[in-house]
Amino acid sequence: MDYNTKFTPHTWPDHPEQATMEGKNKIVGFWIFLACEVVLFASLFATYLALKNKGPAGMEFSTEKLFELPLAFAMTMLLLTSSLTSVYAIYHMRNFNFKGMQTWLGITVLLGFGFLALEIYEFYHYTHLGFTFTQSAFATSFYSLVGTHGFHVTLGLGWILALMIRNANRGLNLYNAPKFFVAALYWHFIDVVWVFIFTVVYLMGVIG
Amino acid sequence: MSSHDTPIVAKSQAQYEYDRHHNALHMRKQVVNFAIMIFLTFIAFGMAAAGFSKYLIFPFILLLAGVQVVLQLYSFMHLEDKKTHFGEVIGFFMWVGIFIAFTFFLAFLTIIWW
Amino acid sequence: MSSYTQKKSFGAIVWDYITTVDHKKLAIMYLLAGTLFFAIAGFEALLMRIQLMKPNNDFVSAGFFNELLTMHGTTMLFLAATPLLFAFMNMLVPLQIGARDVAFPFLNSLGFWLFFLGAVFLHLSFFMGGAPDAGWTSYASLSLYSPGHGIDFYVLGLQISGAGTLISGINFIVTIITMRAPGMTFMRMPLFTWTAMISSALILFAFPPLTIGLLMMLFDRMFGGNFFDHTMGGNTVIWEHLFWIFGHPEVYILVLPAFGLFSEIIPTFSRKRLFGYSSMVFATILIGFLGFMVWAHHMFTTGLGPTANAIFAVATMAIGVPTGMKVFNWILTIWGGSIKVTTPMLYALGFIPSFVAGGVTGVMQAAAPLDYQLHDSYFIVAHFHYVIVGGIVTALFGSAHFYWPIFFNRMLNETLGKITFWVFFIGFHLTFFIQHFLGLMGMPRRVFTYMEGQGWDNFNLISTIGALMMGVGVILLVINCLLSIKGEPAGRDPWGDGRTLEWSIPQPIPFYNFRQTPLVRGLDTWWIEKQEGNTEVTFAEPVGDVHMPNNSAIPVVISLGMFIAAFGALYNPDADKPWSIYILIIGLAITFGAMLTRSLKDDHGFHLHKEDILEIEEHLYGKGGNK
Repeated sequence: MDYNTKFTPHTWPDHPEQATMEGKNKIVGFWIFLACEVVLFASLFATYLALKNKGPAGMEFSTEKLFELPLAFAMTMLLLTSSLTSVYAIYHMRNFNFKGMQTWLGITVLLGFGFLALEIYEFYHYTHLGFTFTQSAFATSFYSLVGTHGFHVTLGLGWILALMIRNANRGLNLYNAPKFFVAALYWHFIDVVWVFIFTVVYLMGVIG
Repeated sequence: MSSHDTPIVAKSQAQYEYDRHHNALHMRKQVVNFAIMIFLTFIAFGMAAAGFSKYLIFPFILLLAGVQVVLQLYSFMHLEDKKTHFGEVIGFFMWVGIFIAFTFFLAFLTIIWW
Repeated sequence: MSSYTQKKSFGAIVWDYITTVDHKKLAIMYLLAGTLFFAIAGFEALLMRIQLMKPNNDFVSAGFFNELLTMHGTTMLFLAATPLLFAFMNMLVPLQIGARDVAFPFLNSLGFWLFFLGAVFLHLSFFMGGAPDAGWTSYASLSLYSPGHGIDFYVLGLQISGAGTLISGINFIVTIITMRAPGMTFMRMPLFTWTAMISSALILFAFPPLTIGLLMMLFDRMFGGNFFDHTMGGNTVIWEHLFWIFGHPEVYILVLPAFGLFSEIIPTFSRKRLFGYSSMVFATILIGFLGFMVWAHHMFTTGLGPTANAIFAVATMAIGVPTGMKVFNWILTIWGGSIKVTTPMLYALGFIPSFVAGGVTGVMQAAAPLDYQLHDSYFIVAHFHYVIVGGIVTALFGSAHFYWPIFFNRMLNETLGKITFWVFFIGFHLTFFIQHFLGLMGMPRRVFTYMEGQGWDNFNLISTIGALMMGVGVILLVINCLLSIKGEPAGRDPWGDGRTLEWSIPQPIPFYNFRQTPLVRGLDTWWIEKQEGNTEVTFAEPVGDVHMPNNSAIPVVISLGMFIAAFGALYNPDADKPWSIYILIIGLAITFGAMLTRSLKDDHGFHLHKEDILEIEEHLYGKGGNK
C-alpha cells in the first residue's frame, strides 16, 4: 500500500490503525509486549510486598507513617483523566480529525506532566525525611516499583510528544495511525499499573 | 497492496454518517466507563479513609482494582472490539500473563517469610 | 542488469550483512555467533574436565575454575543454545508458514545485535579484571560479595543480551500469529513452528523476572540498593525466586524447539505423517504452562517448608506426563514407517533414549526428600547434561545436517556425519553416565579438585576421556561444515522426502522467499502436493509486486549505545573513575538518539516489481526461470 496516499474523511477507513499489514502486526506485537510488561511489574510488586516495612533494626519508617492519601488521590485523578483524554484522541483519529486528535493528545501530555511533577515532589519529600533509596530494603523496593512506573510515564510522555511533533506537518495517514494507536495503548497500560500501585502500595499501606 | 491490507474505498454519505454516529455512540460509552472508574476510585479511597477493618477493605479494594483493569483493557484499549485483529489471541496472552503474575504474588506472600 | 543481480564487492557484502533485516541472513549470523560461543563454552568445559582428570590437580587455580564453570553455564544457555535455536527459528518459521519475512524485520536485526554485543561485553570480562565467578545462577548471597567487576559484567551483559532475546521472542510470536499464508490454520502449522511459538511465549513471560532480578542486582551492587542485604531488611531468597521463575522456563525455552526439530526429522525419514499431531500440540502447550508452576523445585533445600515442597514436587512430576506423550508419539511415528537411517535420523534415534534417561532422573529429583540427598552433587550435573546435551545439542547437530541445504544450498557429508554422531554420542554417554555414580558416591558439584582415595579417581578420568571425545566430535562437525563449501549445490528438496513448505522453495532461496504466496492445503502441504504428482505448490495469488523492508544500520547503533553505556554503569561504583558517568550518559544518548531517528524518519520499505522478480529468478535458476 502506498503510505503517502492522501485521505479525506470519506476515504479514511473505519479502523485506520489496522488497515495495513504493518499496522495489524504492530498492534498485535504491542499487546504481546504489554503481556510481558504485566509479568515485569508483577515481579516488582511481589518483591515490594515481600520487603514492605522491612529495614535495619529500629527503622522508623513504615507505610502508615509515610504515605498520605490526598497526594495519592490527586495523582490518581490526573492519570485516570489522562486515560480518558487519550481515548478522545483516538476517537478523533478514527474520524480523521487531526487537529482534534493533537489537541486531546496535548491535554493528555499536560496531565501526564502534572502526574510526574507530583511524583517528583513526593520522592523529594520522602528523601527529605531521610527515607532515601539506600535507607532500607523497604525504601529500595518502594522507589524501584514506583520509580519504574514513573520511568514508564516519562517514556510515554516523550513518545507521545515525539509523535505529535513528527506528524505536525504530515497529518494523518495509514503509516502513522497505528503509531498513535499504539502510544495510546501504552498510556492506558501505564494507568492499569497505577490502579494497582494506588491500591496495593498507598491504600493498603495507609491501613497497614 | 498485499492481501493483508484493507482496500481504500470512498464511503457513501449514508455509510459515512453511520460510521460517525457509531463512533460517537462508542465514545459516549467510553465516557460512561470513565465515570464508573472514577466512582470506583472514590469508593476505594473513601473506604481507606473511613478506617473500616482491613479484612473488609483489602479484598474489597482489590476487587475494585480488578474491575477497573478489566474496564481499561476491554473498553479503553478496545479489546472488546470484534474488529481488533486476533483480539482473542491477544486476550489469551494477557490473561496468561495475569495468571502468571498472580502466582508470583502468591509465592512471594507465602513462602518468603524470614 | 538491475542492482539485484549484480555481483557485490566484499565490503558491500559485509555492510549488507551488518544492516540486513532479511531473516535468512540473520539466521546465518545467529548460526555463526552461536557456534562461536558454543566453541568457547565447550573449550571452558574441556579445561574443567582436564582439571578434574586426576585428584589434587593444579592445572587451573581454584578462582579460575569458578570463572570457568560460571562462564561455561552462562554462555552455553544464553549465548550458545539460545542463538543456535534462534538461527533455526529465524530460517524456518517464515518459510514454514509461507511468509516473506518475519513480522518486524527491523526488530529481528535489533534482537540479534543486542544479543551479540551483550555476549561480547560479557566475554570481555576475561580480559578486564576477571570473569563472573558465582555460578550461572549467581545467588545473591554469593555474588553480592564477589570482589572485582566479574558479577557486574554478568549483570549488564545478560541485561543487554536478554533484551535482544525478548525482542526476538515477541517477533516470533507475532510472525506466527499474523503472517501465516492463506490456508495455514493453527492446526496445520508444522510442529517446529508450534514449538517456536510456545517457546517464544515462554521467553515473553520468563525473561521479565530475570530482567527485574538483574536490575535489583545492579542496584544492590552499583547503586547502594538493599534488596538482598539482610542487615538492611533485604532478603536474599528473592533473587533465588526471581532467578528460578526465569531459570526453569528457560530450560523449556531451549528444549521445546529441540522437540520441534525432531518432530520434523522423524516423520521425514519415517516417511509417515507425525503420529498424534494434535496431542503433540497440546503437550507442547501443557509443558510450557506447567513450566511456570515448578520453579521452586530448584529450591527444595532452601527451606520453603514441607507444604511448598510438596506442591512443587507434585507439579514437577506432572510435567512427565505431556513429555511422555511426546516420546510415545515419536516412537509411534517411527513404528511401521519406511525408515531411512540418515545422519539426522541417527541423531533422532540417539536422542530418544538419552533424553528419556535425563527425564527420568529429573522425576527422581522431583521427590523432595530424595532431592535433599542429590542436591549439589554430580548427580545433578549428570541429569541436566543428559537433558541439555541429549535433548538440545543432539537436536542442533541433527538439524544442522538436516537443514544445511536450506541454509546454504549444500549437503553435509553423510559418512562423516555418521562418524561424527558415533564419536560424539559415545563421548557424551562416557562423560555423563558415570557422573550419576560420582554423585551418588558423594562428589559435590562446582569443586575445583578432590582428594584421592575416595573411589572417584577412575570415574573422573573416564568422564574426562568422554569429554575429549565430544570435543573431537564437534571438530569433525565443523570440518564437515567447512568441506560443504566446496560441495555441489543441493537443489530443491534434496532429501526427497520433505513434507513442509520450506522444502518446496527452489534453491537458492530468493530474498523474498516466495514469488507467490502459497496456498496451504493441509498439514504437510508439500507432501500432499507431491502425492498428487504436483511439482509446485498451489499459489494463492498471481505473480505481482512484492513489498519488502529496507535495510537499516540503526539496530547496530542502538546496540552499540547500550554496549558503551554498560561500561559506564560498570565503572560507576569505582571512586577513581569519575568519567564513568559520562560514558553512561554518552552511551544512552547514542541509543535514544538512534531510536528517535528511527521514529522521526518514515521508512516505507520498497516494492519489488514483477519484472525484477523475473530477472532475479532467471539469474538464480537459469533461462526460463524455475518451473
